[in-house]
Amino acid sequence: MSKVRVLVGTRKGAFVLTSDGKRESWDVSGPHFGGWEIYHMKGSPADPNRIFASQSSSWFGQVIQRSNNGGQTWEPVGNKFIYDGIPGTHLWYDGTPHPWEFARVWHLEPSLTDPDTVYAGVEDAALFRSSDGGQNWQELSGLRNHPSAASWQPGAGGMCLHTILLDPSDPERIFVAISAAGAFRSDDAGKTWRPINHGLRSEQIPNPTAEVGHCVHRIAMHRSRPGVLYMQKHWDVMRSDDAGESWHETSGNLPTDFGFPIDVHAHEPETVYVVPIKSDSEHYPPDGKLRVYRSRTGGHEWEALTKGLPQRDCYVNVLRDAMSIDSLDPCGVYFGTTGGQVYVSANSGDSWSPIVRDLPSVVSVEVQTLA
Amino acid sequence: MIIRVVLPAHLRTLAQVDGELKVDVEGPATQRSVLDALEAAYPMLRGTMRDQVTQERRAFLRFFACEEDLSNESPDAPLPEAVATGTEPYLIVGAMAGG
Repeated sequence: MSKVRVLVGTRKGAFVLTSDGKRESWDVSGPHFGGWEIYHMKGSPADPNRIFASQSSSWFGQVIQRSNNGGQTWEPVGNKFIYDGIPGTHLWYDGTPHPWEFARVWHLEPSLTDPDTVYAGVEDAALFRSSDGGQNWQELSGLRNHPSAASWQPGAGGMCLHTILLDPSDPERIFVAISAAGAFRSDDAGKTWRPINHGLRSEQIPNPTAEVGHCVHRIAMHRSRPGVLYMQKHWDVMRSDDAGESWHETSGNLPTDFGFPIDVHAHEPETVYVVPIKSDSEHYPPDGKLRVYRSRTGGHEWEALTKGLPQRDCYVNVLRDAMSIDSLDPCGVYFGTTGGQVYVSANSGDSWSPIVRDLPSVVSVEVQTLA
Repeated sequence: MIIRVVLPAHLRTLAQVDGELKVDVEGPATQRSVLDALEAAYPMLRGTMRDQVTQERRAFLRFFACEEDLSNESPDAPLPEAVATGTEPYLIVGAMAGG
């Protein structure tokens, strides 16, 4: 019997939600690491019982936790994230040079094939890799040493590297996204990088079509078709059909094209999900209605998914890492809100129900499909 | 010498210890030598009290002893005699911050 395990990171701890393949009855475990911010947790595709968690706090800094038994017990591993060489500067909010300073790990991306290898996207933006299960971390400094890096500026949430996509068809290819620098691609396993932002247009920067400076919120791909990328930008939902070489807008009939998460159906590479948010200063759904939008045409044409979601007086946000999709059939779609709800749809978005309603503010949601 | 140390609750949980700790410090008892001994005995605490590179105190932590705030004292200054002799503990405290 298949099972699913949902890893939920919140502002005050981690929760593990488990169910059988029906996804109707749930066990809730937690809080783990109570009182700490859990920006992200993710299991290894190569060994699903190995899970990494980013645990941080303004008081005590960064800790990385690892579980080898599916989240039942945890052990702290390495937390030394040292920029390679002399870090130099990026631009601060006021346009002055600002030294690179490590703040926290936003995202952990385990290798698709090796349970000891895991990548970490950090603030201030950089990419680290561990090849010993998280004990030691080395920066892939070719990204931060890109000539444009001195001109990168933080978004309102900090200058974070929040998205890491590993190409299942090419172990040398990695995509990352940084707020507010944009998307980057490496074709040599992280040694060298180049911006892939052609076609993005951001009115919030002096040159709206600049090579870097775009506030990319999230990128997603379907593993069967890694050359097609979907992007939720600060404003605009975008698509690339050539591994990021060029992008075109697919916002179509969305009520607003601002938002944070974007994800792809497990079995239909042209089916995409977003959660429209009213605006960059009003981080809640338009009209007080929490609606996931689904496109079955790879963008442009979107349908509102509302059944089971609050359709009045709802003013929560859904953050960039707070949506995930299992690989059962029909696939399950999950998302968490800043109001502490985690919703599941066991029928690809047609209807929804809350798994939990009253967690701390949800930062991240990742689901594991277990045999 | 044996120094008594009190950690804030979240660091006790991280280090998997209950109550007051005792750490064995070689040489003069200073804040640096106590924290070095503490991190050697409990490696999971590295980076949670001091910056991993600069060794500067994290901004939202305070170091107290004998009803004095030692947070901004030199890390190499001798600790009060009462701490060095084990009469009083060295207190690591989470600052009032965050609402």
